[in-house]
Amino acid sequence: MPTVKVDGQEIEVPAGATVLQACELAGKEIPRFCYHERLSIAGNCRMCLVEVKPGPPKPQASCALPATEGQEIRTDSEMVKKAREGVMEFLLINHPLDCPICDQGGECDLQDQSMAYGRGATRYDENKRAVTEKYMGPLIKTTMTRCIHCTRCVRFSEEIAGVDEIGALYRGENMQITTYLEHAAKHELSANVIDLCPVGALTSRPYAYEARPWELKKTLGIDVMDAMGANIRIDSRGREVLRALPRVNDDVNEEWLSDKSRYAVDGLTRRRLDKVWIRKRGKLEAATWDEAFKKIKAAKPGKDIAAVYGDLLDCETMFAAKALLGAMGSTLIEGRQTGMTYDTSNLAAVNFNTTLSEIENADAVLIVGSQIRHEAPLLNVRLRKAAKRGAKVFIVGPEWETTYPATFLGNDLAVLNSLSSDVTDAFSKAERPAIIVGGAALGRGALGKALALAKEWNVVKDGWNGFNSLHFSASRMGGLMLGLAQKGGMADLAAAKPKVLLALGADEVDFTKFPDALKVFIGHHGDKGAHAADIILPAAAYTEKAGTYVNIEGRVQRSEKAVFAPGDAREDWTILRALADALGVTVGFDSFDQLRAAMFADTPALANEGLADLGGELPAGGGDASGVIEAYPVADFYLTNAICRASPTMQRCSAELLHGEDLAEAAE
Amino acid sequence: MLADKDRIFTNVYGYQPWNLDAARARGDWDNTKDILAKGQDAIIDEIKASGLRGRGGAGFPTGMKWSFMPKESKDGRPSFLVINADESEPGSCKDREIIRHDPHKLIEGALVAGFAMRARAAYIYIRGEYIREAETLFAAVQEAYDAGLIGKNACGSGYDFDVFVHRGAGAYICGEETAMIESLEGKKGQPRLKPPFPAGAGLYGCPTTVNNVESIAVAPTIMRRGGAWFSSFGRENNKGTKLFQISGHVEKPCVVEEEMGIPFKDLIEKHCGGIRGGWDNLLAVIPGGSSVPLVPASEIMDAPMDFDGLKAVGSGLGTAAVIVMDKSTDIVKAISRISYFYKHESCGQCTPCREGTGWMWRMMERLRVGDAQPEEIDMLFQVTKQVEGHTICALGDAAAWPIQGLIKHFRPELERRIADAGNMAEAAE
Repeated sequence: MPTVKVDGQEIEVPAGATVLQACELAGKEIPRFCYHERLSIAGNCRMCLVEVKPGPPKPQASCALPATEGQEIRTDSEMVKKAREGVMEFLLINHPLDCPICDQGGECDLQDQSMAYGRGATRYDENKRAVTEKYMGPLIKTTMTRCIHCTRCVRFSEEIAGVDEIGALYRGENMQITTYLEHAAKHELSANVIDLCPVGALTSRPYAYEARPWELKKTLGIDVMDAMGANIRIDSRGREVLRALPRVNDDVNEEWLSDKSRYAVDGLTRRRLDKVWIRKRGKLEAATWDEAFKKIKAAKPGKDIAAVYGDLLDCETMFAAKALLGAMGSTLIEGRQTGMTYDTSNLAAVNFNTTLSEIENADAVLIVGSQIRHEAPLLNVRLRKAAKRGAKVFIVGPEWETTYPATFLGNDLAVLNSLSSDVTDAFSKAERPAIIVGGAALGRGALGKALALAKEWNVVKDGWNGFNSLHFSASRMGGLMLGLAQKGGMADLAAAKPKVLLALGADEVDFTKFPDALKVFIGHHGDKGAHAADIILPAAAYTEKAGTYVNIEGRVQRSEKAVFAPGDAREDWTILRALADALGVTVGFDSFDQLRAAMFADTPALANEGLADLGGELPAGGGDASGVIEAYPVADFYLTNAICRASPTMQRCSAELLHGEDLAEAAE
Repeated sequence: MLADKDRIFTNVYGYQPWNLDAARARGDWDNTKDILAKGQDAIIDEIKASGLRGRGGAGFPTGMKWSFMPKESKDGRPSFLVINADESEPGSCKDREIIRHDPHKLIEGALVAGFAMRARAAYIYIRGEYIREAETLFAAVQEAYDAGLIGKNACGSGYDFDVFVHRGAGAYICGEETAMIESLEGKKGQPRLKPPFPAGAGLYGCPTTVNNVESIAVAPTIMRRGGAWFSSFGRENNKGTKLFQISGHVEKPCVVEEEMGIPFKDLIEKHCGGIRGGWDNLLAVIPGGSSVPLVPASEIMDAPMDFDGLKAVGSGLGTAAVIVMDKSTDIVKAISRISYFYKHESCGQCTPCREGTGWMWRMMERLRVGDAQPEEIDMLFQVTKQVEGHTICALGDAAAWPIQGLIKHFRPELERRIADAGNMAEAAE
């Protein structure tokens, strides 16, 4: 713990801290462009220069200089002021200063810091440099003339994403940042470089010229595009959500966000269900809420009512459905729409127990049946960190492009019954082994075998639980905690032949299995579920309602309401509450607060934000695994749910980034 | 004048062949085993005693540099010696002569130095444009391998030592030691941040020392003739002999080995046949390669040509590439051309150098024709000060110093041009 003096103030800093960190601890602001907490140190912008004694009689880059005992650091001396002014002047001489037409305006580091640390006027009379646009794909808009060569984007793609997509060409003042051969950046986290870019060189293409940051209402939300529960900030203007940005949460998403979570929001204004529809003579016709409720009542469901919930739902909606069905005398609720039937009696067995932040410390990882990059891109970042720290990664399933060294053990789950000595050696020696069971394996009954392996390799030990199931539906853990699963899955629902089937935003269900049921779709997008429905009740999307979400690690998080749902659409719980009146039952709540209170009483674990205690030891498991994984459940990363499918940006990403080569071939 | 018997580089003009037999006849590879048998510390002590300062420009004591290398590897990492043959400084051409006419001095030096710093291998990074020189070096290294002088059990000493020759691609910045290491690793040649210094984490993250060709090539001779012999030349703190490379407006430009601290006038009179047009025709001298400030004729005349002597006149010895300019020189154009060189060779990594070199060159181009305001001279000086000392490596300094030298010594010339172009009157109004 060295003690240093910052502007005369003595302060003790942690060992290994840099001078910049020491200054921040002392409450001094150090301007910077290239330095970023989560990236390696480049030291190339030279904005963070400070005066350090002992040392050479010139300013030092504080971001790269280790703080050592007895250092005297000055951030307020004439030398430092001059150095900052000088560097700022150099940064600006070739910067176009087109702030009025730059999307970064208002949230631009260069703007802010030039106000704080720059000189008032320019002395540069020569022509400015201009740089040609660089194509970086459908998500990233480039204006490379604005680039100040901080190389944050290069370091992000190399270090965090693990792909060599972005780099620098040429040298000196001709240096240019570009993607390899100007191909689109394809990594599923690629758009994070937009947040990292301290200037307007890389901005959001779909959001171009949409709004200024000061016009936006900022709402704290939780992302539902996958089951990671990434913390987001929903920026909206009026009734429209304009963008979603990551919030910092080191336990969940650090400060990254997948491209899908970031850009699917433009699907929120398209293909929306904004009025009630009833199918008459095979055709959907607009109707009123009263007519719809009367029609449902006329079906006289009694206890022959079932519900299936979709991937994007909040716990409140699911609980309201549970309460409604309970009042009718039914427990037929299921959320595993595609018919998966793994054992949910012990929640610890279907949870991501290691937690996202701890998985970084694993030293051996066995992934069974998951395309992590598509099912949980943010988890892939964590696994890459683990692999960089020396973890050995083995994967059972069809090969995919990992961003770290990994060994594929084949498609056949039977390989788990007789693993090669490489794997068993790695796991018997590992101190912190981890098993991740993905959807493709859960759906093929490999959970038991995985649990048995967990026991064999002792993955649960003091301070470490290495057994993980990996879901990709935001509603999954919440639904399971509410106890909304059938032993036989969807087949149980179909076998019960319900008179009324409530489809709560459920778009992946095979509705042909319910030929006799009155299918009521309560959801926000006109997608597969709505196409099959007899009655459509328009509901709210995730940005349009407050809600509780539980992510894969059992972390309870709450999201706030950013905008109102369009047209006649209502928040889901109010629809279910009104339906209860129509069906003549009481569900025990009249307001959102009462609903929450009832939900907390039903499932106390949801009452507290943070990691829920799912209790219980892992079941023993057992049995052999079998079955060949032909393909992973996520067929198209950019089109996994109704919101994405309605989003023009996601459609473009899918067409260009995933099927671009096919299209090019077809065009020939 | 240095006596022939005291010359280290006896084949610098290539009158004899470069090959191993000829080199052996000149005394290279003569019982190198005995030198190694003295032990690592003895070699480093002898080099320290010789007072040898690095010949690449910065003048850091060579023996001390070697002693920074770890005595033993605590974590199994090997140590490396990197030899900087990326001689790209305008005016410099000494390493080229060594490599093409006396490559075995360098290879033997690599073994001696590498052994002393407990290095596993030496990497010789040779400038891309040195095509014939690289061919010679490849052949010489092969000869040395074939003769068992390097490789396994080098010279029968029991020490395993490899020498690799790596060709650069013609970037000046790759002559900076950490950029050279990056380039050797196959990356874009951009200087690294220091610390960590190469002696701690250099090539492939292993302890590394980067030395100039001349520093390495003189080591075996110093070991044979003794540090005391070497330090008998030159002045205190500036010992030994040195290859001077005189170019420009002298009668006979040449590369010559001389004693350190020889007065400038003597150097030119004895070896170059004097200044073209006589001593009165001398305008200015850049005494150490393009990156040091120029010195006007009046001040350079009696200056001792060594590190401290030239520092005293506001310049530096650099690589001892002496560029002589007579009064026919357009001095502003000359410095402007040097500015263009630095603009062209800036790696673009850090801000002051990337942006500043271009700005300085453009301003120099305007000053060349007087298309400027008089106060812009001061502004240009300020810009050079904003670059100097604010960059990762020394290229920023090297770009700033020639301009600072020009403004310091030739400000009236700059003002005259502005006045001639008719801009002075405008300013006065």
